[in-house]
Amino acid sequence: MRKLLMGNHAISVGATLSRVQVIAAYPITPQTQVVEMLSEIVADGKLNAEFIKVESEHSAMAACIGASTTGARAFTATSAQGLLLMHELLHWAAHGRLPIVMANVNRAVAPGWTIWTDQNDSLSQRDTGWIQFYVADNQEVLDTIILGYKLAEKVHLPVMVNLDAFVLSHTYEAVEVPDQEKVDAFLPPFNPEWKMDVKNPRAFGGLTSSDVYMEFQYNHHEAMEQSKKVIAETCGEFEKIFGRKYGLLEEYRMEDSEYVMVTSGTISKTSRIVVDELREKGVKIGILRVRTFRPFPGEEIAAALAGKKKAFVIDRNISYGKSGIFYDEIKGALYNKGMNLPLFGFVIGLGGRDVTPAHLHEIVDYGMKHDRPTEEIIWMGVKK
Amino acid sequence: MNFKPGKKVVLEKLADYPLMPASLADMTHNFTGSWRNMRPVIDYDKCINCGTCWKFCPEPAIYIEDNKVNVNYYFCKGCGICVSECPKKCITFEEEGK
Amino acid sequence: MIEIRLHGRGGQGTVVASKILADAIVMGGGYVQAFPEFGVERRGAPVVAYVRIDNKPINLKSKIYQPDHIVVLDPTLLQSVNVTDGLKEGGKVLVNSEKEPSEMQEKFGKSFKVMTVDATAIALEKRLGSKTSPIVNTAILGAIVKALNVTNMDLIIKAIEEGVPLKVEENVEAAKKAYTSLKGGE
Ligand code: SF4
Ligand code: SF4
Repeated sequence: MRKLLMGNHAISVGATLSRVQVIAAYPITPQTQVVEMLSEIVADGKLNAEFIKVESEHSAMAACIGASTTGARAFTATSAQGLLLMHELLHWAAHGRLPIVMANVNRAVAPGWTIWTDQNDSLSQRDTGWIQFYVADNQEVLDTIILGYKLAEKVHLPVMVNLDAFVLSHTYEAVEVPDQEKVDAFLPPFNPEWKMDVKNPRAFGGLTSSDVYMEFQYNHHEAMEQSKKVIAETCGEFEKIFGRKYGLLEEYRMEDSEYVMVTSGTISKTSRIVVDELREKGVKIGILRVRTFRPFPGEEIAAALAGKKKAFVIDRNISYGKSGIFYDEIKGALYNKGMNLPLFGFVIGLGGRDVTPAHLHEIVDYGMKHDRPTEEIIWMGVKK
Repeated sequence: MNFKPGKKVVLEKLADYPLMPASLADMTHNFTGSWRNMRPVIDYDKCINCGTCWKFCPEPAIYIEDNKVNVNYYFCKGCGICVSECPKKCITFEEEGK
Repeated sequence: MIEIRLHGRGGQGTVVASKILADAIVMGGGYVQAFPEFGVERRGAPVVAYVRIDNKPINLKSKIYQPDHIVVLDPTLLQSVNVTDGLKEGGKVLVNSEKEPSEMQEKFGKSFKVMTVDATAIALEKRLGSKTSPIVNTAILGAIVKALNVTNMDLIIKAIEEGVPLKVEENVEAAKKAYTSLKGGE
């Protein structure tokens, strides 16, 4: 059924359709409606789940870890400072190989105190071992929660679904809400072999000597690497049932393109307008959207950029003293392929500063006018 | 005492590893008794069999047999909690090896 | 693509009005975005909500700077807020006011088409909200249908029925009455 949903409610509907069994979350702007709606759904008896009220995000993740260890399907949602408070337990969830799904509403990090969007909250969780998706509209928000569980439970890794604050979280869009029967067919009940079970007692996460620790890390990394294939396979299954196509990357007008805008999140959608306008004028340009940040699709990005004249990476995030974070990773992915195309790195829209088609035109103009970038960051829209 | 230590699992190759860092067997091969410097000894003349020591012991080191409390020295790590919790003060702490 | 900006005050249901309008568009098979000013809302303070409508999926994810039409739910805002800021030449301004459009035209200048509807009187008559702070959003929606021609009454009534928690019938009546009493819409 086609319904009008704000991004936050698309998350709640996705979690409900996934028949999550334990929800532990702490409200934070701009994620609040996710928790509000889920608490109502549970209170109304429309979802057979335990809603655990917690006193912090650290406790929310701790509760999800406990629940997931017993084999329950666990869900939480957070944003910015809340995600940062979870940091320690994000490692615990991932190394514990627990298929928790979490929605994170991308909000810039304080100080100065802010509630508006950028990606620094989730990108600074890069090395916690979670799978990370960055989505671009509310349909994708809902779908990726459902997809996320299927994937998480196949590869035994937690999944973080990241969406832009306000631009998606508080914006109403038409969303195709799938039937429960179809979701049930796609996502059967979770019954893991490894779980906390009184009939088969085990200790979880106990002291692990240096003699055995490293192999767990190796396996965790291998699972991440393999999940690239599993993402493709799971997206295929999803498309068969629901008719919507997703993948590690998303290409827009890339076939014969010479220039490429490399984007993530909602900027990717606004970029389409710019690309359509430039195509009218005969500029051969396309968009490569990075949908999956971890596992990082370096090979796939290199393949997509092979033979192109220039690429413009647009980051709504920053690694201080380095560059935009997607830019840095993409640059690294090209090195051993012997690729040397001019790769420009733009930082834009931090703290929710609006990104308009005019700004994106400026980015392309800059890239067209310069042979090669001379700086690691080309700042867009800074009042210098 | 009827006690047989459990099997120690050795992870030699990747295929031996569990999916997640979880135990594959019990820890009864791990004799925490080897850590002990001080040895609790129960004076059965004063003991009233209240079970306080059994309740407080952080290891599975106090067990009940023949209707009385006993110390399992394979696992007693010599922490002294039982010594200080016993309401009759009938557990004495003696130096090991004396 | 049509972009609409709604001006109201916190507590008047401005954001809800944008949502109900968007709902009607979706029910009619169209594409839409509805969003509030990204920030914090306070009762009584000026509030802005946006609706973007198209007949194909909407890729534009930035804010609205040059709306096609403006809707003003609270006439007292006209003193403090420049409601026509960025409004496109020839754009429509729909104001909740008992005045005739001709009385207001001068204030807005010739480049915009002014329409009025006495949504406050309609809300009071239908007992929506309180006497001192009537809730005018459903009346305004009826006027929007007539004035801006972006959806029809059947759909807006359906959307109101789903979107308001109380006094459903009165709200529908208010929309119908506003639809027929819009001034300057012909
Ligand atoms: S000394 Fe500690 S470990 Fe040993 S029996 Fe007493 S309480 Fe248990
Ligand atoms: S606590 Fe003391 S009195 Fe009680 S059972 Fe143990 S040794 Fe005996």
